Amino acid sequence: MSDAADLRRRTAALLAAHPVATTDRLDFLRARFDAGLAWVHFPEGLGGLGAPRALQAVVDAELTAAGAPDNDPGRIGIGLGMAAPTVLRYGTEEQRRRFLRPLWTGEEVWCQLFSEPGAGSDLAGLATRAVRDDGGDWVVDGQKVWTSSAHLARWAILVARTDPTVPKHRGMTYFVCDMTDPGVEVRPLRQITGEAEFNEVFLTGVKIPDAHRLGEVGDGWRVAQTTLMNERVAIGGARTPREGGMVGVAAAAWRAHPELRTHDLHQRLLKLWVDAEVARLTGERLRQQLTQGQPGPEGSGMKLAFARLAQQLSGWEVEFRGEDGLTYDDWTLRRPEGVDFTGRVAGYRYLRAKGNSIEGGTSEVLLNIVAERVLGLPPEPRTDKDVAWKDLPR
Amino acid sequence: MTGTDETAPDLLYSAEEDALRTAVRALLTDRCAPSAVLADLETGRPYDPELWRALTAEIGAAGLLVPEELGGQGAGAREAAVVLEELGRAVAPVPYLSSAVLAVTALLGCDTDRAEVAGPLAELAAGRTVGVLAVPLPTAPGGPGAATVRADAAGALTGRITSVADAAGAGLLLVPAEGPDGPALYAVDAAADGVRTEPLTPLDLTRPLAHVVLDGAPGRPLAHGARARTAVDRALRTGAGLLASEQLGLAEWCLEETVRYTGERTQFGRPVGSFQALKHRMAALWLDVVSARAAARNAADALAADRPDAPVAVTVAQAYCAPVAVRTAEECVQLHGGIGMTWEHPAHLFLKRAKGDELALGAPGRHREALAGLVDLAAP
Repeated sequence: MSDAADLRRRTAALLAAHPVATTDRLDFLRARFDAGLAWVHFPEGLGGLGAPRALQAVVDAELTAAGAPDNDPGRIGIGLGMAAPTVLRYGTEEQRRRFLRPLWTGEEVWCQLFSEPGAGSDLAGLATRAVRDDGGDWVVDGQKVWTSSAHLARWAILVARTDPTVPKHRGMTYFVCDMTDPGVEVRPLRQITGEAEFNEVFLTGVKIPDAHRLGEVGDGWRVAQTTLMNERVAIGGARTPREGGMVGVAAAAWRAHPELRTHDLHQRLLKLWVDAEVARLTGERLRQQLTQGQPGPEGSGMKLAFARLAQQLSGWEVEFRGEDGLTYDDWTLRRPEGVDFTGRVAGYRYLRAKGNSIEGGTSEVLLNIVAERVLGLPPEPRTDKDVAWKDLPR
Repeated sequence: MTGTDETAPDLLYSAEEDALRTAVRALLTDRCAPSAVLADLETGRPYDPELWRALTAEIGAAGLLVPEELGGQGAGAREAAVVLEELGRAVAPVPYLSSAVLAVTALLGCDTDRAEVAGPLAELAAGRTVGVLAVPLPTAPGGPGAATVRADAAGALTGRITSVADAAGAGLLLVPAEGPDGPALYAVDAAADGVRTEPLTPLDLTRPLAHVVLDGAPGRPLAHGARARTAVDRALRTGAGLLASEQLGLAEWCLEETVRYTGERTQFGRPVGSFQALKHRMAALWLDVVSARAAARNAADALAADRPDAPVAVTVAQAYCAPVAVRTAEECVQLHGGIGMTWEHPAHLFLKRAKGDELALGAPGRHREALAGLVDLAAP
């Protein structure tokens, strides 16, 4: 097991063997992976050293100070945050060796094929079918939606139905899907903002070798839980300053435009300012609990508060801006590489914020999670748990 | 503004604070069950003297804000906040906020080297005397209006102060007055000639109110001029900041009790807490309570450390926690259905305290107005 001093030594050795000034970016990233300094909590041979996850910061700080290139994590977030932990946990040794290195270096971008037009909050109801052929490999047909990076991706993590005759949670299997297969068609999905951050993905006779299955046949729901759990791990990282995020945009607008101020808008801004400050403090308290090793359930609620505030503040700002609030910057179908909730104009911020209470779990589903898992309230009676998926109403 | 404050507040509870909570909760579980509070209201006495004695003599809670050399425990606002959380959870009928927070802080703002100050401070810290800062309960920090009491050169006080919390049960009144040399703060024995309290019928029966009428009452000057004004203002700010912890405790009880009840109460063949229409409301309240805890801890920590940020922390905590306590208590009554509307069920005690607390030491709107000035969001 490595400690901080050992990691510093290894980082220095990497920098000595591959000087930043004279080494190609990709060569450096590959060397870093092979030295176990990519994600130190991963096992040796797979980009890590089996060290505590917190020690990654030591390596990152040394490399940043040396001016070393990074793997542009914003571009490959789904691979790093969701695919990699799942491949590590459920992949065979061969799969781990094939996929993790180019995933981490960014040579291969990943996307996620989970949500469907008919399976949003009820993901386990998904209808994309994977049927086994005579050779034991799989043929996939169906439609996925809200897929970011699909137009850039080499690989996808995919959940598909392999047995419609059993209850829905039991009949799914998890695959790695080759996005260059001729049966994969990616179309931009235009949003209410005019742009297309996401895609629809149509799968028609897509072939997936059985060697690209992750986990057992029928075990896809359990494997997917690992992916989804890791989607929510990132909370509690950096501290937010007072007036960070959308409230800062609204407060700056108020200060810059005395001519637009009214008493009603003032009252509402002050309320929202207080709510935003308290949400910031709640996040700070959560961070302190995590640091002390006492994780609290506050994380489940933070997304609810964030979504509500972003929507109320951006709606307030459109109203505050008066005539300017009636205009928009650009309705053409853009294909942004990432998303900035506080970017562009007030109208964009207002419209994009509508997604905050839908993406990554709707606010209604999160309220159910808080009520049932945090407060321990009894669940709603379920009519779909013990019925074969093919017999469920759709 | 907008400056970000670089020293991070400590928003957690220390091991000592947890131990203090355990002691106070054990006492309140034993001596201050909701049924006992209901029964106590019928006695008409201003507070529960046995409970007050246990809280002050056994636990030393009244001296938390007072340094040891002045007869206190030498703790601070963070610890007093924990006591107030527990008192809120039990809607306890004791004059803690009035005596151990407001009156004590006002005295600490005076010259404690003087016996006229140190004497009563030690009495209050030990809980042997109940003291109150004689201002109307809704007075917000930052702007107590002109004093309604006048003092003559001999220290005789005349005037009337309306709606003073816990005055009827107090032995010592700290009276802001306009003296011959400007504003001053006087100590007045409640039993002295020329002092009359006129008890009111309060909305919140667990926090008695009275008008205080002074007619040539003998006062001992404690502080003059800016010092007197600052001492009163600091007391009001500390009171408002720590009241947020009481409001947190009230809200916490209301939510826990509502979750417990709706998980058991069966209608339409299932626990009513299984309906999303109800559980979503409770989940939203949970987020409110979790957030109120962060706001209240931040205010307590800012007051304890005397951070320059304390006025912002206090206004944010009051503007946020007061409505959370009211909303949670209102939902508690509603989600209990018929039983929540009865005198027998304690929910009304929490609703009345929460609504009274909303007005106490500045209603939320007053605190938001103050905040506008503090964070450069000027009114039109």
